[in-house]
Amino acid sequence: MKVFIYPTNSLILFDLVERFGHEPLAVMQEISKRVNTPGLDSPPMNITPEDPKIGLKYAAVEVPSGVRGRMALNGPLISKAEAAIIVRDPVVSFGCMGCARTNELVNFLIRAKKIPILDLDYPSNEEEAKEFVYKISQFLKSLGQEEKK
Amino acid sequence: MDNITKMIVINSSKVLPSDVVIKLYESNADVMIKETCFGVMVSGERSVVDKLLSETRKIDPYGIFIKERGFAPGEPNRCRATRRGGARPGFHMLETEEKLLPQIAQGLRALDKGEIPPRKMKKKKLELEKLMEIIKNAEVS
Repeated sequence: MKVFIYPTNSLILFDLVERFGHEPLAVMQEISKRVNTPGLDSPPMNITPEDPKIGLKYAAVEVPSGVRGRMALNGPLISKAEAAIIVRDPVVSFGCMGCARTNELVNFLIRAKKIPILDLDYPSNEEEAKEFVYKISQFLKSLGQEEKK
Repeated sequence: MDNITKMIVINSSKVLPSDVVIKLYESNADVMIKETCFGVMVSGERSVVDKLLSETRKIDPYGIFIKERGFAPGEPNRCRATRRGGARPGFHMLETEEKLLPQIAQGLRALDKGEIPPRKMKKKKLELEKLMEIIKNAEVS
């Protein structure tokens, strides 16, 4: 099953989803498609003026082009998602992930899609980490059973 | 042909990036390998890379973490050497999550042992009566 992860570039979530036998949907895959196509118009990520136009599918025209450009990356992942694992308020909401409005919109769209969602917090100690891993494994197992049905 | 790049982040007391690189070279697969300070980057055809890395994970399942990377190793638009240094974009995320990896490894060990973590008691909100009582007791008579 295709599982959307948030933060969209998380190493831990990507690894755990793949480890438990599902396909993670991460922003790196979208970036890879852009930078590996011949002819790089706008390095480093090749976000061209066309991308905010693609983002119009997810956000209105008066929304800043930064949000729409980011949605051009996140949107296709959301539309492909069959389930989602979301970490609430990740500390690392900066860098490429740093747009608060995009993050809100991504969270809204994924919730509006009415797919199975697991909400979590990043662990801060060993006990929480055990619970974090256990919850993810149980959630992904339940997805496998749903798929069999 | 669908080419991908995956990065292996190593957080293990038993395995070094150089050990993993040797194992990868031994496999003789048609991939590009780059050793880094945090682990290894492997680039090649999707099916080959996926198969190779699932085997590599077995070296230390609790110490090796894998994720996909958008850029190929040494990509001039991304490489710090051609961008005059500074943190590589994505470094901060990696740095933050790397601190959690030992705890996640413990979580995976516990899961393999069949441990079920105890359910956390939900914190109750402070009741109004109790708050009134606290205020009453705090008042200076």
